[in-house]
Amino acid sequence: MTENRKYYFPFIALGIILLLSTLLNLGLGSVSIPFDEVMEALIGGGTSKESWSYIIWNYRIPKALTAILVGSSLSLSGLLMQTLFRNPLAGPFVLGISSGASLGAALLIMGTAIWSGWFSYGFLNDVSLAIASSIGSFLVLLIVVLVATRVKDSMALLIIGLMFGSITAAIVTVLSYFTQAEQLQQYIFWSFGTVGNLNWSQLWILAASTLAGTFLSILSLKSLNALLLGEQYAKSMGVQIRKSRYIIIIATGILAGAVTAFAGPIAFIGLAVPHLTRQIFNTTDHKILVPAVLMYGAILLLLCDTLAQLPTSSYVLPINAITSIIGAPVVIWLLIRKKKMIF
Amino acid sequence: MLTSRDLEVGYRTQRETISVSRHISFDLSEGEMGAIVGINGVGKSTLLRTLARVQQELSGSIEVEGTPIDRFRQKDWATKVSVVLTEPLAAKNLSVEQLIGLGRHPYTNWIGMLSRADMMKIQEAIELMELENLKSKKCHELSDGQLQKVLIARALAQDTPVILLDEPTTHLDLYHKVQILKMLQEIAHSKKKTVLYTTHEIDLAIQLCDKILIMEKGQNSFGSPEALIRSNHFDRIFPPDTIRFDPKTASFKIYK
Repeated sequence: MTENRKYYFPFIALGIILLLSTLLNLGLGSVSIPFDEVMEALIGGGTSKESWSYIIWNYRIPKALTAILVGSSLSLSGLLMQTLFRNPLAGPFVLGISSGASLGAALLIMGTAIWSGWFSYGFLNDVSLAIASSIGSFLVLLIVVLVATRVKDSMALLIIGLMFGSITAAIVTVLSYFTQAEQLQQYIFWSFGTVGNLNWSQLWILAASTLAGTFLSILSLKSLNALLLGEQYAKSMGVQIRKSRYIIIIATGILAGAVTAFAGPIAFIGLAVPHLTRQIFNTTDHKILVPAVLMYGAILLLLCDTLAQLPTSSYVLPINAITSIIGAPVVIWLLIRKKKMIF
Repeated sequence: MLTSRDLEVGYRTQRETISVSRHISFDLSEGEMGAIVGINGVGKSTLLRTLARVQQELSGSIEVEGTPIDRFRQKDWATKVSVVLTEPLAAKNLSVEQLIGLGRHPYTNWIGMLSRADMMKIQEAIELMELENLKSKKCHELSDGQLQKVLIARALAQDTPVILLDEPTTHLDLYHKVQILKMLQEIAHSKKKTVLYTTHEIDLAIQLCDKILIMEKGQNSFGSPEALIRSNHFDRIFPPDTIRFDPKTASFKIYK
């Protein structure tokens, strides 16, 4: 189809930018390593300092891969939610999915002190944290879906998302009175969001969930496109609404839940990237949007992470701060230019 | 082609059943255009949505091509009946061509790729509705009349023997109302499709439709416009305090 051919160039451009931003992300860090040495280490050759090769393989590559997976997953889950709710302001963070995950994490991290009778402190580890925050995000997602079937108003949904944020904050405040400083700090650091703490085995779990979510989205491509006309039209064209809605919700939950579990609640990427992508790919066809959003999300988070670690200094800013600085203006811009909310 | 026998439509909630209209019987054949008319709230849209299988009938039967409609599998149903609804489009950034292309949904493969045959059907629908020069426009750039034509073209691309439309001419000026209705009439007659729509423009329906279904509280009548005029059915649609039907001009007159 000639329609699709005009997107070849943007896709190639995105591919090149993705490659460049990966290299940039690998090349810059708290320890300054000359760029040719980075390339040398990547190809598998030796570096002039033993430690450089170690830093690159055990720190920078996992971090870059995490950024790619997190950025792609969040953006795809944002796109799915926007189509599912037919609401341009939907996204895992604004709808409170991330708050749900935070609540799960907070209850686990700080709650262990309270119900220590049941759980020993050793119960708190990566896996239990991942499970707790995934359960939290799934629960909120279910509530949001229940509400969305009753309330058609898009603003009401957003306010509900905000309320979940408030509830989380309130419960965290209450819990923090009863916890030791050490656990409070652990939670706070988790809530800052980071892509730098994953080891290779955690990375595999994240990669698997991104793949699973992407696979389910590809299966849903046709129904996603039909849903653009609204549920009644979709049904009249032979879409099995209930089934495809479940698949899309499960995909969203897996994508947003796993990311938040491992990388913390990362703000705005899921909401902003689909809109930024639509500025380049002026289409509503999910066959184009899904791969484009995956690539764009990866690029944006790689760049945010590069900024967050303040190259050559030993400071690392919370990545959440960077994504919010980029993401919040996008939301404001969307609201001011109503026309851009058309999707 | 499209028949209903003693149909009762309404809503069923967990607690109660609300019957909106009952004893609806009609029979539209291939190549006929029919209109559903009646006062606000009498259940025109409910009937149309029931015929489109969007909601369940309470009792009675509906048949398409002689088969009860609940016998069709969702996918086969989509090749029998297409709809044009009043619900606003969710995605206004769809291009005209893409939107019409979505009509091919029941025929495309799992990923929704359009084949050469699909493209030809889309082109045919575009030509029929005279949308050639709007093809690459976005839906939010269209006027109400243009958008309505695009939505009808989408239903045409779905290539079904029956097309149902819920108030296709609301929000349009008289010129565009007539234009759309004449196009629908042309589609019914030349493409041998069964077209049924709800409307408040009774005088236009009398001039253009082959059959009319008049919905009233407690009673529904169906027939050709001439027969319905002769039997004074149009006089009973509205309460007699403001307007009356004038059989000579086949239109409504205001009491002076």
